[in-house]
Amino acid sequence: MKKLLSLVLALALALCAVSALAEDYVIATDTAFRPFEFADENGNMIGIDMDILAAVAEDQGFTYELRVLGWDASIAACQAGQADGMIAGASITDARKASGWIFSDGYYNAAQCMAVAAGSDIAGFADLKGKNVAVKIGTMSADYAESLSGEYGFTVVTMESSPDIYQAVIGGQAAACFDDAPIMADYIKSNGVPLKLVDGTANEGADYGFAVFSAEKQELVDKFNAGLANIKANGTYDAILAKYLGE
Amino acid sequence: METILRSYGPLLLRAMGQTLLLALYGLFFACIIGLIVGLMSVVKSKVSRAIAAVFVNLIRGVPMIVLAYMIYFGVPYLWNNVLHKSGLTFTALQAGSICLALNCGAYMAEIIRAGIESVDVGQMEAGRSLGLPWWRTMQRVILPQAIRTMIPSIINQFIITLKDTSILSVIGFPELVNTAKNVVSKTFMSFQTWAIVGVMYLIVILLLQFAAKELERRLKR
Repeated sequence: MKKLLSLVLALALALCAVSALAEDYVIATDTAFRPFEFADENGNMIGIDMDILAAVAEDQGFTYELRVLGWDASIAACQAGQADGMIAGASITDARKASGWIFSDGYYNAAQCMAVAAGSDIAGFADLKGKNVAVKIGTMSADYAESLSGEYGFTVVTMESSPDIYQAVIGGQAAACFDDAPIMADYIKSNGVPLKLVDGTANEGADYGFAVFSAEKQELVDKFNAGLANIKANGTYDAILAKYLGE
Repeated sequence: METILRSYGPLLLRAMGQTLLLALYGLFFACIIGLIVGLMSVVKSKVSRAIAAVFVNLIRGVPMIVLAYMIYFGVPYLWNNVLHKSGLTFTALQAGSICLALNCGAYMAEIIRAGIESVDVGQMEAGRSLGLPWWRTMQRVILPQAIRTMIPSIINQFIITLKDTSILSVIGFPELVNTAKNVVSKTFMSFQTWAIVGVMYLIVILLLQFAAKELERRLKR
């Protein structure tokens, strides 16, 4: 009995040790949103967001623990206070600000558009009647698709990650998907995903921002903004973009 | 809480309908699979018993989320993109039903096998010595007794399967959890939304339990 009790205690302690924080902040991100965040061959997260975050943290002298939670789980974690902030290619929109997001300054501008399977003859929204369109839960692309679904008569199917919705289009479970244009372009170019972007389907787009969900975390946003301004001034920012976008 | 109920109540109710539809399809086919595989594992034929054991162990050994991804994304991919035959796609409802039917079917098979084996062997011997064929004895003597002991386990399995439908939110089927995630992503009221969703599941499962108790009571008479 004593042995059992000490085992239980040891396990409980081990759990506490894991959850004890060694870093200044916990930052949440998406699982796969290439080229902003994705795992390299060794499973380390790399990408524009990851490098910007690292550069900003170094510039501002804070440490952080990265949690790769997925898109909607990142939002939930920040709201619940399980994470301090998130960087996951989140578009800065008025609707999000109104519902509690607090954004940093924008660090990249992206539009949302539609993609279809490489061999598909769908040329625009009008060809989507009665078909399924895959989007990622709670994204700007999801709102964009939903705003069009009534007029063009298609069904919006929601999934948890960008690779999931691309798979659905490649596999024929959905006729098209809506996602951020630079992300889909990079998956097509770097991963050879057999999709094609459809011309004339983009919205006006918005800036990506780092986000927190509580006024108490404003300090983290301020640090991010200051760091972002510094890395833009010293050329680090341009170097990061060039590294992933090859321009 | 009120805002969610007012703006998203009908949507969540419809999603509950989808959950029940999915559970119903899944359970229906699971009963058929369970009965066939369960009987296959009690007959004399070694081959039949081996096939049943492989099926049960295979399905029980794989998490349902893996099964869901495999059936929805994997199988059509294999068929269309690797084998280059065309035209196989599953809707999320079809893939989800297959997934639930296989998963729940494997557990049902075990419940049915255990139920049949719980009936004293003397019963089968008695039936056979009265000149009844094996199947007849099974149908008239063994199964009616076995079913009574199986009912609580079967109801338990039904409840687990009803809750397992939530796993199929990952393949984009608009059941309750998938829909709730969308509601949370729009309203950011996670506590209120998940509380409502939890209560909705609870109500349905309590109703199911009540119906099951009633059924059990009648069968006991």
